[in-house]
Amino acid sequence: MERELLSKRLEEKFGGAFLVTTALFFVVIMPSLNAFTSPDSALHISGFTLNLFGKFLAYAILALGLDLVWGYTGILSLGHGVFFGLGAYCMGMYLALSIGAEGVYKSTLPDFMVWNRVKELPLFWKPFYSFPFTLLAVVIVPSLFAAGFGYLTFRTRIRGVYFAIITQALALSAWLVFNRNEMNLGGTNGLTGFKKILGFELSSSGTQRGLYIATAIVLCGAYLLCRWIVNSRAGRILLAIRDAENRVLYSGYTPSNYKLFVFTVSAALAGVAGALYAPQVGIITPGRIGVLPSIEMVIWVAVGGRGTLIGAIVGAISVNWARSFLTSSFPNYWLYFQGGIFILVVHYMPDGIVGLVRRLTELTKKLTGKRKLSALTPSGDPSSVSG
Amino acid sequence: MANTILFMEDIFVTFDGFKALNKLNFSVDYGELRCVIGPNGAGKTTLLDVVTGKIRPDSGSVIFKETTHLDRMEQEEIANAGIGRKFQTPTIYENLTVRDNLELSAKQDKTVKSMLFGGMSGSLGAKVNETIEIIGLAGKQSWRAGLLAHGEKQWLEIGMVVVQDPDLLLVDEPVAGMTESETENTADLLKHIAEERSVLVIEHDMNFVREIAKRVTVLHEGAVICEGSIDYVHADAQVIELYLGRG
Repeated sequence: MERELLSKRLEEKFGGAFLVTTALFFVVIMPSLNAFTSPDSALHISGFTLNLFGKFLAYAILALGLDLVWGYTGILSLGHGVFFGLGAYCMGMYLALSIGAEGVYKSTLPDFMVWNRVKELPLFWKPFYSFPFTLLAVVIVPSLFAAGFGYLTFRTRIRGVYFAIITQALALSAWLVFNRNEMNLGGTNGLTGFKKILGFELSSSGTQRGLYIATAIVLCGAYLLCRWIVNSRAGRILLAIRDAENRVLYSGYTPSNYKLFVFTVSAALAGVAGALYAPQVGIITPGRIGVLPSIEMVIWVAVGGRGTLIGAIVGAISVNWARSFLTSSFPNYWLYFQGGIFILVVHYMPDGIVGLVRRLTELTKKLTGKRKLSALTPSGDPSSVSG
Repeated sequence: MANTILFMEDIFVTFDGFKALNKLNFSVDYGELRCVIGPNGAGKTTLLDVVTGKIRPDSGSVIFKETTHLDRMEQEEIANAGIGRKFQTPTIYENLTVRDNLELSAKQDKTVKSMLFGGMSGSLGAKVNETIEIIGLAGKQSWRAGLLAHGEKQWLEIGMVVVQDPDLLLVDEPVAGMTESETENTADLLKHIAEERSVLVIEHDMNFVREIAKRVTVLHEGAVICEGSIDYVHADAQVIELYLGRG
């Protein structure tokens, strides 16, 4: 009870402040330091760093959705790379078409099609000339796919480790399918060589800054959406499903509908994350949607702290920051480090970084004797737990 | 049959050749508090599984309130039709508060949409308050449910089922693992609950059964072998042979 109430208080007290400060930092301060300081200044943030963080923030959007499914509802998905990939490929198709006739072969078709002797643009590519259509597609394609997949699995009461294995198989088969040239999605090489988005040069620092800011704003929106969901009464049902699904069922709820809902929202967030990733990284390949990247996504959430929204964001950013630092400094050790950190988290920090911070704060309070007893006694006020 | 809330006729359930229920005929009247006893493997829990839709019988019919055919319904539909089930081991939402546990269980529109957008109605709050008093957890309503003692968890789950407002309440071995005083409180609680609805209790503890039940049904090898008052059942030669005598 103590921890439950304390965490609730922490979230209520600092959740808002945390969001505002973080939002200000990522949305305003970071891009300002990039745009308005001279490259010699100590405060300057390079275009490279900003772009790197743009990628991390896109990952954080995905991690939020994955946390809804895994941390809150207790459904472990090892296939979120697929939904990320669907969003990224939708955006990639738009970007590939935006290249126009400026590609290597000076054809209006994307380069890889020329190379594969495709004479005419496949029908399913055509709508992606439109940017509004693409924006809709990055949300709707992964959502529909997740809804169909979820309908089939949740309705038949497939849960736990069986669900995890099936999603892993999904990631593997999606990887195989996207690798095929016959799919007309660039095969192993994926989609790349992007030049423009909405007429802006992708190579210009201004465009990259704009994309970064858009990602930061979308992340704030995604956080608010997830926060609204977990604080609603439906959010409590998600926790209830995690704790005792049979009780939920025998109380007259249909747990599969709740799972379907949260899985679909999660897939939509993953798709949006993929769509923001593609133009910033400049390439999307099947390598980003297979089994391994899907498992890495789960690690981000575990490291940050599952079951807390802040944890998902912290995990995605910190693991990927460590990754880019280590892969450039010690390229051979990243995989060992990643494996090590996962074992460490599973064994010693089940609540991840956020849980560790929480425990340390409690410990310091205990040691300094400033712990207020009143904050820990249960309040009998019903209004504090409803709504 | 007009006075019958639950009517089960010629029920067969087979698991890999083992007949868990073998031409079971069983019924419960409105307002009754019934106990079902029987040795392990007699089919007691299977009986509850059939009523709640967890197991579909191979043949036979299960009729609730004269017209509702339970053997054709989904588990959550059966719950919403007015049958509540308390599991054998405490099954509660450990990470939610005691009050949340009850609020979520209470009778209301349980679709995703209404839970996502809707608030809680005031009458529901009153109902929850009343239940929290009945199960004796009013002082602990903002506790995380996982921190309750074993007996309190059992009462909370009974409360969660009661607040669903079922017409028939199924309770599977409520006093297993309880202390003597907890058992006594549970007996009082069930008797109180049975004033307004039908209750079916499965139990091993004979003293507890003697305390609460007016009518007792003895199951053996998937069929009813004896039914009547506790003294009548106690005196039955076959029952003594099969079940009671061994204790």
